[in-house]
Amino acid sequence: MTQQSTLTVTSPPSGGSSRSVSRFLYRRPRLRLAGLLAAPLLWLVVLYLGSLAIMFVAAFWTTDSYTGALVKQPTLANFQTLFRGEVYWVVAARTVGIALAVTVIDMVLAVPIAFMAAKVVRSRKVRYAMVIAVTMPLWAGYLVKGYAMQTMFINNGVIDWMLAPFGLKGPGLGLAAVTLSLAYLWLPYMVLPVYAGLERLPDSLLEASSDLGASAGHTFRSVVLPLLVPSLVAGSIFTFSLTLGDYIMVKIVGGTTQMWANIIYDNVGIANNLPLAAAAALFPVTVIVLYLLAVRRTGALENL
Amino acid sequence: MTFSRRARWILGIISAAVLTFIYFPLLVVLVNSFNTSKVFAWPPTSFTTEWWARAATDESVRSALVTSLKAATGAALIAIVLGSMIAFAVARYRFFGREPVSFLVILPIALPGIVTGIALNSSFNTVLVPLGISFGLFTVILGHATFCIVVVFNNVLARLRRTGTSLEEASMDLGAGPFQTFRDVTFPAVRSALVAGALLAFALSFDEIVVTTFTSGPGIETLPQWIFNNLFRPTQGPIINAVAAALLIAFILPVYLAMRMSDGPSQVTQVGAEP
Amino acid sequence: MLTSRLLKVTVTGVAVVLLAAACGSSSDTSTGASANSTERPAPPAGTAATAVGAGEGTLNLITWPDYADDGTAGTPNTVGPFQTATGCKVNVKVGNSSDEMVTLMKTGQYDGVSASGDASLRLIYGGDVAPVNTDLVPNYKTVSEFLKLKQWNSVNGVAYGIPHGWGANVLAYNSDVVKPAPTSWGAVFDAASPYKGKITAYDSPIYIADAALYLSKTKPDLKITNPYALDDTQFKAAVDLLKTQRPLISSYWASYADEVKAFDAQAAVLGTAWQVNVNAMNADKKVKVSSLVPAEGATGWSDTWMVASKAAHPNCMYKWLDYIVSPKANAGVAEYFGEAPAQTLACKETSDKSFCDTFHALDAAYADSIAYWTTPTKNCLDGRGNICVDYAAWVQAWTEIKG
Repeated sequence: MTQQSTLTVTSPPSGGSSRSVSRFLYRRPRLRLAGLLAAPLLWLVVLYLGSLAIMFVAAFWTTDSYTGALVKQPTLANFQTLFRGEVYWVVAARTVGIALAVTVIDMVLAVPIAFMAAKVVRSRKVRYAMVIAVTMPLWAGYLVKGYAMQTMFINNGVIDWMLAPFGLKGPGLGLAAVTLSLAYLWLPYMVLPVYAGLERLPDSLLEASSDLGASAGHTFRSVVLPLLVPSLVAGSIFTFSLTLGDYIMVKIVGGTTQMWANIIYDNVGIANNLPLAAAAALFPVTVIVLYLLAVRRTGALENL
Repeated sequence: MTFSRRARWILGIISAAVLTFIYFPLLVVLVNSFNTSKVFAWPPTSFTTEWWARAATDESVRSALVTSLKAATGAALIAIVLGSMIAFAVARYRFFGREPVSFLVILPIALPGIVTGIALNSSFNTVLVPLGISFGLFTVILGHATFCIVVVFNNVLARLRRTGTSLEEASMDLGAGPFQTFRDVTFPAVRSALVAGALLAFALSFDEIVVTTFTSGPGIETLPQWIFNNLFRPTQGPIINAVAAALLIAFILPVYLAMRMSDGPSQVTQVGAEP
Repeated sequence: MLTSRLLKVTVTGVAVVLLAAACGSSSDTSTGASANSTERPAPPAGTAATAVGAGEGTLNLITWPDYADDGTAGTPNTVGPFQTATGCKVNVKVGNSSDEMVTLMKTGQYDGVSASGDASLRLIYGGDVAPVNTDLVPNYKTVSEFLKLKQWNSVNGVAYGIPHGWGANVLAYNSDVVKPAPTSWGAVFDAASPYKGKITAYDSPIYIADAALYLSKTKPDLKITNPYALDDTQFKAAVDLLKTQRPLISSYWASYADEVKAFDAQAAVLGTAWQVNVNAMNADKKVKVSSLVPAEGATGWSDTWMVASKAAHPNCMYKWLDYIVSPKANAGVAEYFGEAPAQTLACKETSDKSFCDTFHALDAAYADSIAYWTTPTKNCLDGRGNICVDYAAWVQAWTEIKG
């Protein structure tokens, strides 16, 4: 016995201009797409990429050293300066080294706590609390945390004060302080993608692995870590990029150390030599862009 | 799944250690905000609430706070609009250049802040200043919005991917036009992701110092700029600690809200930032 | 795939540029001034104001720390009386180095700057500042004569600013730790110093001049007469001296708060400083710091208030010029900072009546003995021709020194 259907096929009410616009748009997906993309692309391409282009064109110019005005004759002089000076290679290597160290430290610190929050903790409240607890310091302010680290590492500062009863001294301001401070600052950016990745990891995989007799360590190495690669890479994009571009922290806790971004900043701010700064800026930009292109395949970019 | 007691304990201890590592410097900040010494001398010999009182009444702190709020609101609003537009485009359409567009959106946050800052500074100098638009709150908002777009984009994109198109198709099958579908079906589904993204964008902009340095002008001082400028004046140090501690506490609520509104912690974590 | 092609193209492009750069030969930029001239080339044309009208209500200034305070936290209230009297609200941007100030002035967003000698000439030749009509500044008449129309604040007889104050970069030391008290700059350059790792130096390329000054007295065969006009040999000697100093340094101070903190924490016990830093250190009462100008003399700075060529608020700026060199205001800033005021009448207004004597404010001979910060240029300006090292090279050398 069929029911009298109350659902009749009617043509859409034809009144109203919004209807005709809807109909018009419905048939033209490309127009909808263009409408959606126009404003953002205008912003990103014209404002952002355009600005980057202007800056990088300047890398091929020079400045009149007396007046500071730009001399718009194309030349490779800036790149020669950077390539020929030994100090630039040293600083570049040092910066990349610090970035790698920071990334590794953060990975080592992030995984246990993210795992705890994602997999081990039962209560949702505690899980929220843990994630908030890790994210909160982000809002304490970069500079404030930087100066807190200075208080900790400086001569007779907090670390020295804590180690004094054991007769030890802290590392003081310098390379170690910079590395640890940067690792401290960027830790939340590593924890969050790793946490998200772990949350998506089905519990059943872990159970299956232990059912098959793997120990916790083995499970971790063969099951969890490979699946975490996109998240770890996503986190590493931040730690790497933030470290390569940092010039403030190293001035606060670095003692006499300098990093690559100081060269950029010193030349644009201090020497008023925008061309050399722009040329120097090409280094971290190239490294990061190449890294981003290379890790696309791991799917890390979706996990940002 | 259950874990052995031993595993729980080990993980618990490591987690506690990491959390201590994270919070100890902040504790130092809090303690220093009560330290009588003006130069963060450690250990503190005596305590005072003078700095908190000064921070509460200081005119420059208040105006810096207001400037920061204005800039963050502006940046978040622009980011909401532009970020969700791109997210819709990428999620719902296949088009030539789809991957490069997603890549492009990420760039402002992936590239170092100093690069973005210098680039924007050069182009503002080249284009805006001759037109009579001088550096100020407007240029700061332009700069902030650029890297805030990706935060909203990520959140909304993830949500759109998860909700899928079936509901929208059903709605249109039932006779609703695109606008009505958007209003009644799509928007409610992404609303909380939008809010989470907006909150994050707001927070990102609020704490940003590098791009701000290069895009700001005379008379404009955001809160991070105020902190930066006053850290150079030995006499103002402790007030900064008080301000920082206050901000930390103040942000607990918005972050919690962002988490509740989104699908839980994993949504809030679509973040990226530069100092 | 589109983006993997993009990757390949990027890599190839970058590689080509890098190869070309590494293999290419360097080009030479030449300056316009004639070789053996001691005369200044003409700066870009600019006109001084002819009258001071009503205030515009706002004034944007770039100043050294504590030059334009508002009275908070124990600082002198310099801007308060000015704002009340003229209605010009003052926005102060503190610059921590001359280089920063030049960059800020180039943005065209500020009305004036307190420029030291290593910024002032760059600003004049960059067209960023205009000549100053000193007749419009009544208090200029009683400014010390030995500061007027000097080589760092005027060109070919045209004044470009109003002198503010001057001082020497002193040698500061923790008097409880550094015994016996140092008497020479050798204390910070001595490779065998007992204070190795606790010495500090100013984080700016201009500090190379301090090394040159020291060498001018200790290595006379280098024949250094002007620490800012160094030919290649002299420059290399100064840079090498600084490279040997590098292991002794705990940290370079870029802002005066950095040095105050370093001394307070005893991370540094010895180094070059401004008197205002020393005053701040002693005010904190954590350490006792003394200062002196050593036997070899010192570099220093003579600051000039300059007016931006495209100032949006020129009337307020001229009012400021007159105000800041008025006796009371000038005395207030100079005494707090620890520098010699340019205004001769200020000596009666200082709270410490012997202040001007301590700082040799009225002593023309002493003032002349300081090697004031000046922008190094290719033209040595002393007849040797265009063989001196210019500032861009100083900056690059500084990067090398820090390593």
